[in-house]
Amino acid sequence: MIPELGHFALILALCVSLVQGVLPVFGAQNGRREWIVLARPAAQIAFLLMLASFAALAWSFYVNDFSVQYVAAHSNSQLPTLFRFGAVWGGHEGSLLLWVFMLSGWTVAVAQFSRTLDDAMVARVLGVLGLVTTGLLLFILFTSNPFDRLLPAAENGRDLNPLLQDPGLIFHPPMLYMGYVGFAVAFAFAISALLSGRLDAAWARWSRPWTTAAWVFLTLGIALGSWWAYYELGWGGWWFWDPVENASFMPWLLGTALLHSLAVTEKRGSFKSWTVLLAIGAFSLSLLGTFLVRSGVLTSVHAFATDPRRGIFILVLLLLVVGSSLALFAWRAPKVALGGTFALVSRESLMLVGNVLLVVACASVLLGTLYPLLIDALKLGKISVGPPYFNAVFVPLMAPVLFLLAAVPLAKWKNADAKDIALRMWIPAGLAIVAAILVPRVMGGWTVMTAVGVALSVWIASSGVIQVARRLKAGFPPASFWGMHLGHFGIAVFVFGVTMVGGFQEEQDVRMEPGDTVLVGGYNFKMIGVKDVTGPNYSAARGEFEVTHGGGAPNILYPEKRNYFSSTMPMTEAAIDAGFTRDVYVSLGEPLEGKAWAVRVYFKPFVDWIWGGCLLMALGGLFAVTDRRYRMGLKSAAASAGALQGAQP
Amino acid sequence: MKTLYALVLVLLACGAATAKEATLLADDPVVEQRLIAISEEMRCLVCQNESLAGSRSDLAMDLRRELRTLIKQGKTDAEIREFMVSRYGDFVLYRPPVKPTTWLLWAGPFGLMVVGVGALFVYLRRRNSEIAASGLTDEESKRVEALLKEGEK
Amino acid sequence: MNAKALIPLVLFAVLVGFLAVGLRLDPHEVPSPLVNKPAPAFKIAQLEQPEAQFSPEDLKGKVWLLNVWASWCVACRQEHPVLMDFARAQIAPLIGLDYKDQRKDALGVLKRSGNPYDITAFDADGRVGIDYGVYGVPESYVIDKAGVIRYKHIGPITTEALQKTIIPLINELKKT
Repeated sequence: MIPELGHFALILALCVSLVQGVLPVFGAQNGRREWIVLARPAAQIAFLLMLASFAALAWSFYVNDFSVQYVAAHSNSQLPTLFRFGAVWGGHEGSLLLWVFMLSGWTVAVAQFSRTLDDAMVARVLGVLGLVTTGLLLFILFTSNPFDRLLPAAENGRDLNPLLQDPGLIFHPPMLYMGYVGFAVAFAFAISALLSGRLDAAWARWSRPWTTAAWVFLTLGIALGSWWAYYELGWGGWWFWDPVENASFMPWLLGTALLHSLAVTEKRGSFKSWTVLLAIGAFSLSLLGTFLVRSGVLTSVHAFATDPRRGIFILVLLLLVVGSSLALFAWRAPKVALGGTFALVSRESLMLVGNVLLVVACASVLLGTLYPLLIDALKLGKISVGPPYFNAVFVPLMAPVLFLLAAVPLAKWKNADAKDIALRMWIPAGLAIVAAILVPRVMGGWTVMTAVGVALSVWIASSGVIQVARRLKAGFPPASFWGMHLGHFGIAVFVFGVTMVGGFQEEQDVRMEPGDTVLVGGYNFKMIGVKDVTGPNYSAARGEFEVTHGGGAPNILYPEKRNYFSSTMPMTEAAIDAGFTRDVYVSLGEPLEGKAWAVRVYFKPFVDWIWGGCLLMALGGLFAVTDRRYRMGLKSAAASAGALQGAQP
Repeated sequence: MKTLYALVLVLLACGAATAKEATLLADDPVVEQRLIAISEEMRCLVCQNESLAGSRSDLAMDLRRELRTLIKQGKTDAEIREFMVSRYGDFVLYRPPVKPTTWLLWAGPFGLMVVGVGALFVYLRRRNSEIAASGLTDEESKRVEALLKEGEK
Repeated sequence: MNAKALIPLVLFAVLVGFLAVGLRLDPHEVPSPLVNKPAPAFKIAQLEQPEAQFSPEDLKGKVWLLNVWASWCVACRQEHPVLMDFARAQIAPLIGLDYKDQRKDALGVLKRSGNPYDITAFDADGRVGIDYGVYGVPESYVIDKAGVIRYKHIGPITTEALQKTIIPLINELKKT
């Protein structure tokens, strides 16, 4: 009964979203008030229906209703309750339901927090969101229905993939989708601006907090995914340039460019077409990512089970949504570049350079990800494009961006003095050079790559600290100022972590018997023994290792080799001792003869700074969103528009 | 009590004497380093996008065994890559070889950067001269724009 | 309309075109670089008569089909009936390459389901498989009179593949 109700709620949601998508937009274009006012209530009703549908699926998992095909495919009577909840989005159909549920969440949030925006604009924004929702609901109902029944019901489910049975599943996809889907709001604002012809600073001011919020979620989502891969997969890596990873990283790159472009459009009225294009682009990449993950065109560890019908449907959806947006852009984008002038060296131009570089970096990732498909489609053979390519290309492209990052806040709007900036940056420059010479040597070996990495991170961090110190002398700055600097500081921390781990990590693959020791990175690992344990749905061999460093107290680590009852592949659960300056990581390999085991031991300096940096970036974004200017509502925007009107002769 | 204490100490000493430094799984760490470096840049063909270095699949272990033999025979990195490519094609390399079909791939990003920054430069110059040529001041430009917006509504 | 503003749309259309073509391709299928190259030489023991050996040299002058299989391979059971049909039709010699298997298990399968192979070579450690670029059994190779690989079939042989591609090719090669 409950699954049928969930299914019914989806159908109703489709109808409501269709109404929400079509009438308010027409109403706004033609001034029909009775259609305009439908927007908000429609969004609210659609949200409640999606909530009901999602709850129905969650309930089916909670009670393990194996007559629902999706539940039978992804759950099991022995699956712990927490993971049953995560299993709701552990497969294609459920994760898509989560996608649309979040879209309706963002939509209703826009409906709630836009009281001071004029109704026609709200109607357009909610209308665009409604149209996107309609498209996705059609996709779910026709090709990916999570409520399909399995009759007769299975006796037990196939269980959730053991790799997914982890708290990471609870947080990573929801955060990630909140981010992906959140860019739909900026997209909707951009389309509305094109539809209404009102591409002004007010539009940028409205878009900014929504875009920043989505960006915060996406940053956290990606960071969580990276961290999860690191501790789960047992080989110590944290980024593999896998097509699905790239699918989340590309919107992030474009989103970062968008964030900064919106800032300039809001303050100076410039870059409008560029910003609109970025907004369309970021969400288009989200949709493209959805296509890549679920269509089977690319090989990936993340790919969902595929079906050509689904691929075609999403491609058509992609074509309609993005194609019509870009056509609208071509038609309506302003031709005349009025607005203020700015010199070739100014904050505007430097930010534009950064923007262009971010877009180029994003395009490079796209090129690398799709190139194998391109070559295959042209019948030129089959190639692979993997981490060596991306590392060789992406890192040099981002270096100038990182370099500019530190200097741009010092550049004045309209006209900046390059010499003045250079003079003010001499302390960060000096510190960066000193650090670049000393730090790698202290860590164990000097190389160009580690020196550059250290230099850039110290360059960014120190210039940020100096700028904050100077600004504090003039009084306590607003939240957005802290947001910017915290975000930039986060990048410096991230770069430092990546450099240190990449340059100075150590690992050993050894054969150990109880009592044996091995020394890695200055840490002494002693194997105490391995014993058999049983979990709720698995049996495991649990190792006990004592780790000591210098004269400190010993730490005990328990890596496991698990055999889930539902799977034939053994799963490695690494044991990690995380610290501020290093991670110490032990993972069990295969059992060898007698009591011996193959063991892999890692020393990872500063690895947690990678995710710490991402956390700081997200925090920075959060500060920026909570700036008082946005909470004061748009009374000020309305007032300044009025002042401008009054100024006309 | 003292005897017990001494006995415990003796046993502990024996224990310490039998515990030893763990032996490396690999026979030859130098060969192993090279193996990891080479196989990290190769694809495990039976996996869903994993490197040959890290995969635990049977074929990957067999291939690593072959590569180890080749390294011990003194083959160069290029020869080892050729061994794999002649059997599995370019698909097995994660670092795409530079050939006419991959020129776009390797040259694309930097080419795009040059074109992008160059186009930006040209655009900014033209934009400034357009606005200057229109004879309006900044303030006036902004008002013209605002008026145009009013007209469009 | 601003002509330059059309560029994003055009680029997007090209992208969608490629993605649409991509939907019909299989990213897992690895074409073999060995096609039109001499079949790699080997000399290994046979499955049923361990004292006897087999080498592709033995079949020089004939067109033949090499089928890589194993007792643990589930998909191989799918193609087994098709191979039995092929063997019955006496079109060309069918040689099996038993890949990374246990003698006992392989002999058991042949006994239970029937033996379509004229000879089966026993590749215990998989070295021959690697030389032939085997990455997922079953895989099959059509080899011509000069000992050159002319076609590789990845996955179980279907009746359709047999009728449409393999048999016509074998007949073609027999004429030379």
